[in-house]
Amino acid sequence: MNKEERLIKRYKAEKRFQFYGKAAIFMALLFLVVFLTKIFSTGYTAFQKTWLVIPVNYNADLLYLDPDKKPTTEDINDADFYEFGIETFITLDPDASEDQIMELKKMFAFTFERELKYYLLDNPDSFGKTVDVKLTASDDLDQVFKGNYPRDIPENRRRASDYQLKIFDKLNEDGRVISEFNASFFTNADSREAELAGIASSFMGSLFSILVCLSIAFPVALLAAVYLEEFAPKNRFTDFIEVNINNLAAVPSIVFGLLGLGVLLAVFGLPRSTPLVGGITLSLMTLPTIIIAARASLKAVPPSIREAALAMGASRMQTTMHHTVPLALPGTLSGTIIGLAQALGETAPLILIGMVAFVNTIPGTPMDPAASLPVQIYIWAESAERGFVEKVSACIMVLLFFLIFMNLGAQLIRHKFEKKWN
Amino acid sequence: MNKIEAKNVDVYYGAKQALFDINMDIEANKVTALIGPSGCGKSTFLRCLNRMNDVIDICKVSGVVKINDYDINQKDTDVVRLREKVGMIFQKPNPFPKTIYENISYGPEIHGIAQSKSEMDNIVEESLRKAALWEEVKDRIHEPGTGLSGGQQQRLCIARTISIKPEVILMDEPCSALDPIATAQIEELIDELRKEHTIIIVTHSMSQAARVSQNTGFFHLGKLIEVGSTDKIFKNPAQQQTQDYITGRFG
Repeated sequence: MNKEERLIKRYKAEKRFQFYGKAAIFMALLFLVVFLTKIFSTGYTAFQKTWLVIPVNYNADLLYLDPDKKPTTEDINDADFYEFGIETFITLDPDASEDQIMELKKMFAFTFERELKYYLLDNPDSFGKTVDVKLTASDDLDQVFKGNYPRDIPENRRRASDYQLKIFDKLNEDGRVISEFNASFFTNADSREAELAGIASSFMGSLFSILVCLSIAFPVALLAAVYLEEFAPKNRFTDFIEVNINNLAAVPSIVFGLLGLGVLLAVFGLPRSTPLVGGITLSLMTLPTIIIAARASLKAVPPSIREAALAMGASRMQTTMHHTVPLALPGTLSGTIIGLAQALGETAPLILIGMVAFVNTIPGTPMDPAASLPVQIYIWAESAERGFVEKVSACIMVLLFFLIFMNLGAQLIRHKFEKKWN
Repeated sequence: MNKIEAKNVDVYYGAKQALFDINMDIEANKVTALIGPSGCGKSTFLRCLNRMNDVIDICKVSGVVKINDYDINQKDTDVVRLREKVGMIFQKPNPFPKTIYENISYGPEIHGIAQSKSEMDNIVEESLRKAALWEEVKDRIHEPGTGLSGGQQQRLCIARTISIKPEVILMDEPCSALDPIATAQIEELIDELRKEHTIIIVTHSMSQAARVSQNTGFFHLGKLIEVGSTDKIFKNPAQQQTQDYITGRFG
């Protein structure tokens, strides 16, 4: 082979190598696009909510109230809106049989009592009049309206009956079926009914868990890393500690969950299912990740900076606090964010400490029971109703958004620090 | 008068002995050059004078190093106060990744030398002037010190060191990373600085030692072979080894 041929071969090899690289990136992007497309196409309907607008006659007799007196808030609160609701539903089909009345009722979310009551509380002038009121449609009709639910399968295998569909279509023709932004998805806690289930509880649970995790893991990890890297003598004992920190980072997360269950709940008696316990458990998991990142960043600070400070008569602590740690902070922070992102997506340890419980209240503090976003995904993915399918995807979207937001924040912090130090 | 007296100094890196029984007196307000081939222990000796060897875990120093007649190798010696008195310039310029101003103000700040902002401004300006850097950077003292050229960075490090008015300045091959022009500037500066400071400089350049120093010590394989006035060492050394090294026969 002469020199010329060899050169051509080398160029070809380089071209091939670049092609492999591009192909790899293309593959990764393709997976990402497929994944995101699937999530979005399944989930975007969850951000829409179907309402049925029906005429409601706030008749005094139907509510067993005095027709001549404007009802007080107390009167309305005491009134029976269940029977009133049933009577109202019958007006949709006056000829309905007993069974059909039950089907009419099932076209609405079970919260219809509350919705009818709150409408009257908010609009006391409607008393004695017939007005159009917006009621949440049941998840079956919601899915039908969004086109997620096939109508052409036999009735006995369908959740919405022919009768319900007939009434629904008639309402639709009259323009009484409307679709609006699903605010309750963000403000409601979890529910057994798909049309009412929201992520408020799990979002707050995740947020509190991450805050608890951050406020424990970051300072402890930073102190551990600084001590090990800058002060501890290098001997067998510190080598042993280092090996164990690395091992700790590789421990499956469920083991930390067992630790949380066995120690935090059983020994210390902390409240079950709370973000406090979840956060502490996650912080144990995040600790080694942050320590390793912080030590790597501290190692990357050139020794000449330490020597410069020491030679100026700075003590070791001053050298560390004034120079080494600030220079290592950007790297440490990005390691912290990676650790927190891991913790945010963690499910197994939270299930073990009871954050998988059905929580239909929104936690106000880290001491209240809560779910978390990944666990919420798990709970909904297990549910049978068709309405939860879109919720799973929507919840994944929220989780992804949360992560992107965190990474963005990390980038901003990094950027700011790096500007200052370079 | 002798500023520094080293007596029977031995240094070990683990099991390996790096310095053997060094005895050396260093005169005040003079420049003393330490020369010798690579690995002969001259930098190690230099680092004994402000106990920078403490930083190296495996390094053990024995013997007596007296500065102003005080033994700095005692257990209860305060290294912070020692290094306030004995400053050091390193081979590679190592300014802090901060502004020029902050680089200089750091020393006075941690030692509580300046009482007010204006006093600090004065110290910064005076230090930069003494380091012959003021004219070049006076318009950008709040810009990063790492943005300066190599020679400017080294003068910034000198300014940083003299900001706390050390009695002794140790220089570990301060010009080895610089071009000839920057080197000439630093050498001029060294001559200026010896009026107020005692200077000990490690150098690989024989001509530099001849130019800047009044006294010279020749190290070889961890031993101090010969020490005396620079004139004598370069023109009429007592030892054959020194003669060989000076004339370039080895090293």
